[in-house]
Amino acid sequence: MPTQNSYNYKVVRQFAIMTVVWGIVGMLVGVLIAAQMAWPVLNFDIPWLTFGRLRALHTNAVIFAFGGSALFATSYYVVQRTCHVRLFSGPLAGFTFWGWQLIIVLAAITLPLGITTSKEYAELEWPIDILITLVWVSYAVVFFGTLIKRKIPHIYVANWFFGAFIITVAILHLGNSAALPVNFLKSYSVYSGVQDAMVQWWYGHNAVGFFLTAGFLGIMYYFIPKQAERPVYSYRLSVVHFWALVFTYIWAGPHHLHYTALPNWAQSLGMVFSLILLAPSWGGMINGIMTLSGAWEKLRTDPILRFLIVSVSFYGMSTFEGPMMAIKTVNALSHYTDWTIGHVHSGALGWVALVSIGAMYYLIPRLFGREIYSVKLIEVHFWIATIGIVLYITSMWVAGIMQGLMWRAVNTDGTLTYSFVESVQAMHPFYIVRFLGGAFFLVGMLIMAYNVWRTVVGAKPAEAAIPAPATAH
Amino acid sequence: MADFVSNFWSWYIIIPTVAGIIACFLLVRWMSGGTPPSDKPETMGHVWDEDLAEYNNPLPSWWLKMFYITLFFGIGYLALYPGLGTFAGILGWSQQNQYEREMQKADESFGPLYAKYQQQDLAVLAGDEEAMKTGARLFATYCTTCHGSDARGATGFPNLRDTDWLYGGEPQAIKTSILNGRRGAMPAWAAALGDTGVENVTQYVLSLANREHDATAATAGKEKYNQLCIACHGPEGKGNIMLGAANLTDAVWLYGGSPRAIADVIAIGRNGNMPPHKDFLGEARVHLLAAYVYSLTALGR
Repeated sequence: MPTQNSYNYKVVRQFAIMTVVWGIVGMLVGVLIAAQMAWPVLNFDIPWLTFGRLRALHTNAVIFAFGGSALFATSYYVVQRTCHVRLFSGPLAGFTFWGWQLIIVLAAITLPLGITTSKEYAELEWPIDILITLVWVSYAVVFFGTLIKRKIPHIYVANWFFGAFIITVAILHLGNSAALPVNFLKSYSVYSGVQDAMVQWWYGHNAVGFFLTAGFLGIMYYFIPKQAERPVYSYRLSVVHFWALVFTYIWAGPHHLHYTALPNWAQSLGMVFSLILLAPSWGGMINGIMTLSGAWEKLRTDPILRFLIVSVSFYGMSTFEGPMMAIKTVNALSHYTDWTIGHVHSGALGWVALVSIGAMYYLIPRLFGREIYSVKLIEVHFWIATIGIVLYITSMWVAGIMQGLMWRAVNTDGTLTYSFVESVQAMHPFYIVRFLGGAFFLVGMLIMAYNVWRTVVGAKPAEAAIPAPATAH
Repeated sequence: MADFVSNFWSWYIIIPTVAGIIACFLLVRWMSGGTPPSDKPETMGHVWDEDLAEYNNPLPSWWLKMFYITLFFGIGYLALYPGLGTFAGILGWSQQNQYEREMQKADESFGPLYAKYQQQDLAVLAGDEEAMKTGARLFATYCTTCHGSDARGATGFPNLRDTDWLYGGEPQAIKTSILNGRRGAMPAWAAALGDTGVENVTQYVLSLANREHDATAATAGKEKYNQLCIACHGPEGKGNIMLGAANLTDAVWLYGGSPRAIADVIAIGRNGNMPPHKDFLGEARVHLLAAYVYSLTALGR
């Protein structure tokens, strides 16, 4: 019987299981469209199976369905346990689960049908946007409602990040999705031209900064110290990098619009603040990795910890690469190439997915009151996933730099050395390697699904009593 | 600067930018220091969820230095380059003037070569191997998207390797097509002809091309053809290069040769659009491209 004396694990369980399910769905679509890049015949001349429509489905499924479910599950779990109170309003939390699932299903129907606002990462049409708003406000009420009734005066660092993520995503969604509907399934952005592009990338880059970074740093700050059984490395570092990160990220969007119609001053500010963002980002990496100092040997034996720590390493790598790519002269080479795709996936697979997977391996046994079915399979998953990531990002680095160099190569008569289609042709082997990398990663997820299935099948939902807050003073 | 309607907006950018960088600096300064890590560091004293605690290790000095470097770089960059509102930066750089400088430099180094080619007669230039290599590269960059890597076109995009020319295949006509572009204007006749009328005219068009057709329908269609189509396509359907009207008697069907495709064209019309390249590429490069396209058929390149 759920009571005020136990934690609300039901909604956490629901989101945790759907994290695995949507991870497989989203990555399966990703592998399909990666295959379509290598073998266009796989578009089958069926409109709803074409790359143009499935690409948006892939990004929405992995970011909002997989990543979103992981964030809901972990934030609900963490906020209860670090506040020592049951989640605020069970029914509202239940609404966020079913509402979010409905949004995902609507996305999976409308995007292949070609119903789209055509704004990247915000493709869903206005009725779904309204539903997102309702769910998101409910999420904020549940999260902050829980925080308000906490039993410990100090707010744990993970909750700073979850809170910043929830508030900022609300603002981004409302700002970027402002649109005039012409009918039930079509709307037009209220912004036009370069203003629309700037608002889009203010949204787009902060979707990366707050949805895919701040939220997942919240995960990192709970699950790494828990799994390592070590205190967080530095409180003062978490203060500096939190405030510097949330302040600086907001400025970085214009680096997506270098050398465009965007005014020079806006481009410069985007570049400068992207560079300043390097240290705040690495602050999170340092705090994650150094938490393990004195307990490094655990990495040898604990594959969950390995997922978590390697994810933070990829986070550090991506957040070094990002500022470098924001430098105008580097961007002149990298922009519009597959290097960008490689960069995104080193963050998406290496950081977001690995930290989520690690957190799910930690959570799911606890939520069902069972031991994990097989630690060996977690080990296998780790290695397959890592190989997949390496294949993916190295092929896209090579492909991207090659594209950039081919596009700018000039003959002695001033003509371009390569026509565009020659650069496409040169990409073919790398697209195959990328497809293989994605397929590896997907296989890892299938192994995880099997392991989770064997863990939870027949299990009774676990109940956890709320302990009194420790008084260590 | 035209980016701002008033000075207010310039300051609206400058003040938060400078204040933001200073605030980052002060935040880091405020939080730096602290006791160096010892063998048995103390936690902050708070415990969450039974065993979560925090040390308070000092900020790593290499990380601090990195932070300061990016902040100072930012200030330096914003002093040199445009960024602080209407302040153009000490270097006076903008992407527009960089573009103009690079284009000017390119014109200086490559211009004379194209100017030399421009002096030559198109037919003669078409025989110049070196010039045609350059022409082929220009074609690969600017023309293949529509006309294909092999210049054989696609539905709606003319094949440049056959001898059928909508606007004429003389070197000068080709150059005019590239220079000024062309706009096809086949009107839609569905309203005027009705379904039966469209079908009848389709059958007549098939008969003009000596293809299999329904003789009765074609006879009915001929009457309409002579009213509506003859002005552009001519009494025998041979078309008119002055107007870009297609020859209906050959085997070339730009929008598809099936009776259905022909009926579609008659019913809904077509407005093919060859864009002008005069401003985009300049006349000298267009001259070379025209010679290259001419060489494809004239010299069977």
